[in-house]
Amino acid sequence: MENIEKNIKELQEKVARLEKGTEDQLSMVLFSGDLDKLLAAMIIATGATAMDMKVKLFFTFWATTALRDKTKKAKSKDFMSKMFGSMLPKGTSKLKLSKMNMGGIGKSMLKSLMKKKNVASLDELFKTAAELGVEINVCEMSMDLMGINKEELIDYPNLNICGVATFLVDAEESKIQLFI
Amino acid sequence: MTQDELQALTVNKSVDARGTACPGPLLEAKKAIGTIGSGEIMEVLSADEGTKRDIPKWANKKGHEYLGTVEESGFFKIYLKKG
Repeated sequence: MENIEKNIKELQEKVARLEKGTEDQLSMVLFSGDLDKLLAAMIIATGATAMDMKVKLFFTFWATTALRDKTKKAKSKDFMSKMFGSMLPKGTSKLKLSKMNMGGIGKSMLKSLMKKKNVASLDELFKTAAELGVEINVCEMSMDLMGINKEELIDYPNLNICGVATFLVDAEESKIQLFI
Repeated sequence: MTQDELQALTVNKSVDARGTACPGPLLEAKKAIGTIGSGEIMEVLSADEGTKRDIPKWANKKGHEYLGTVEESGFFKIYLKKG
């Protein structure tokens, strides 16, 4: 009898641990700085909030350039960072397509098609994501490498600068993990 | 439900999401369902073909009852009962 009670208690603890293990959460690594890939990622991210999922995005490498605000200026950069930073796209309007960009012609075509077909622009998706509480975590090391400063990032209510551990912990707690 | 039964439903909330593409209709449906009570009926208007499959899937996951879809010219009317 005592054994059964003990077993039940152990089982209950196990179930509690398992239930806590994965939340209804989506973790995504946004690595690409291509407009089309970021659009897809942000559509998935905002869509997931409709499922009542918590959404956590980890921006790293080329994707961090999408978070630059073209109206903001960065201070105190060393020469190399300045050079690199100036070569990288400054914000969403400067991103290219991963295919058929054709020197920007393909991109303009896609943009006008999106407008015609009522598909939200990347800026609009960021706005929606902000309203829906999508969390954006930006890789500190990438920003450093790419010569991007905190002061030149877009205004976003739920934006944090972090490292890989943040992503790993978020990913471990998530039911879905994606790399884009 | 038959098409006639769907058309005859008294709708508590109507969401016109015809001006948005994926994921717009889903997000609008999510927002609107919070404004009605359990057992009430919501209709989602969408011009996006994908919504026809998306909304029932979403409803099933969130515990709402999908009642059916009526096809109009150029758009769909999707009916749900809040769970």
